[in-house]
Amino acid sequence: MNDFYLEATPKTPKLHFNKENGEFEISGRSIPENSIEFYKPVINWLDNYIEDPHADTLLVIKLEYFNTSSSKCLVEILRRLERLNSSHKVEVKWCYEEEDEDMQESGEDFKEIIKLPIEMVIISD
Amino acid sequence: MQSHLNRSPSFEDSEILLSYRGTVTDELFDTILELAEHKLDQEQTSKQVKRKVFKVLVESLQNVYHHFDDLPLTTESFPVTFTLEKDKLTYCISTGNHILITKVEELRNLIEDVNNMDRKQLKSFYRNRLGDGSFSERGGAGLGIVDIIRKSGEKITYDFRRVNEDYSYFSLKVKVSA
Repeated sequence: MNDFYLEATPKTPKLHFNKENGEFEISGRSIPENSIEFYKPVINWLDNYIEDPHADTLLVIKLEYFNTSSSKCLVEILRRLERLNSSHKVEVKWCYEEEDEDMQESGEDFKEIIKLPIEMVIISD
Repeated sequence: MQSHLNRSPSFEDSEILLSYRGTVTDELFDTILELAEHKLDQEQTSKQVKRKVFKVLVESLQNVYHHFDDLPLTTESFPVTFTLEKDKLTYCISTGNHILITKVEELRNLIEDVNNMDRKQLKSFYRNRLGDGSFSERGGAGLGIVDIIRKSGEKITYDFRRVNEDYSYFSLKVKVSA
């Protein structure tokens, strides 16, 4: 199984899901019109990863903007990690700029919905 | 595509940053977004306000993109419209598009419900929708309108105008305080 890697574009985030060390990253912007189409491959990859995961998994989410259809896809990803967390250690870091109240609020939305340790991390501008 | 700065005298307090009226394609939506972002970059306002306006703008445009219904070519054509304008204290985003009359009631009810919620109710309504696992066919998940109202922090104004027996014209106006 290979890593999952996608370069960032003006409308889609960088995705780097590393199978070897269990470190995953979603960063940049996520505002595609069709988010399901964009996220489906990485969700499929994740389904395979969960069959044979690294001992511990860390997902770092560092998004500048995301649209509501992307947020639904993030829920899909986090739900899978939630299942993985029943047998393996999983951590999530939600990174946002101090001034960005909307991103902070979004992180809190996910914390409320998803039963995973989600750490809120403030990053400098 | 029209993009023009209103150079009217200073007593005119509203300035149009970007305005579009016409048919839409994926590429056009991208171009409108790019232009709007460029316009916002040049604004003398805080990064947070720019960011908020851009987010509301993306969501409003994508709401149009996912939910507009094209009129059959045989009938009179009413295009999609989009405007980003500002006065001293407020940015205002307006969109207009056709929808099937059969969808009007549901959309009207959703907007009415969400418009009347306080911040706390909005938050819990949004979280319920986000977490419920549903996904609309067009990917919007019905979250767009809720998100727009939540981010803008103000009620949205809207209107449905009957075009013919099948279609209505839906216009929406949302404000973000600078």
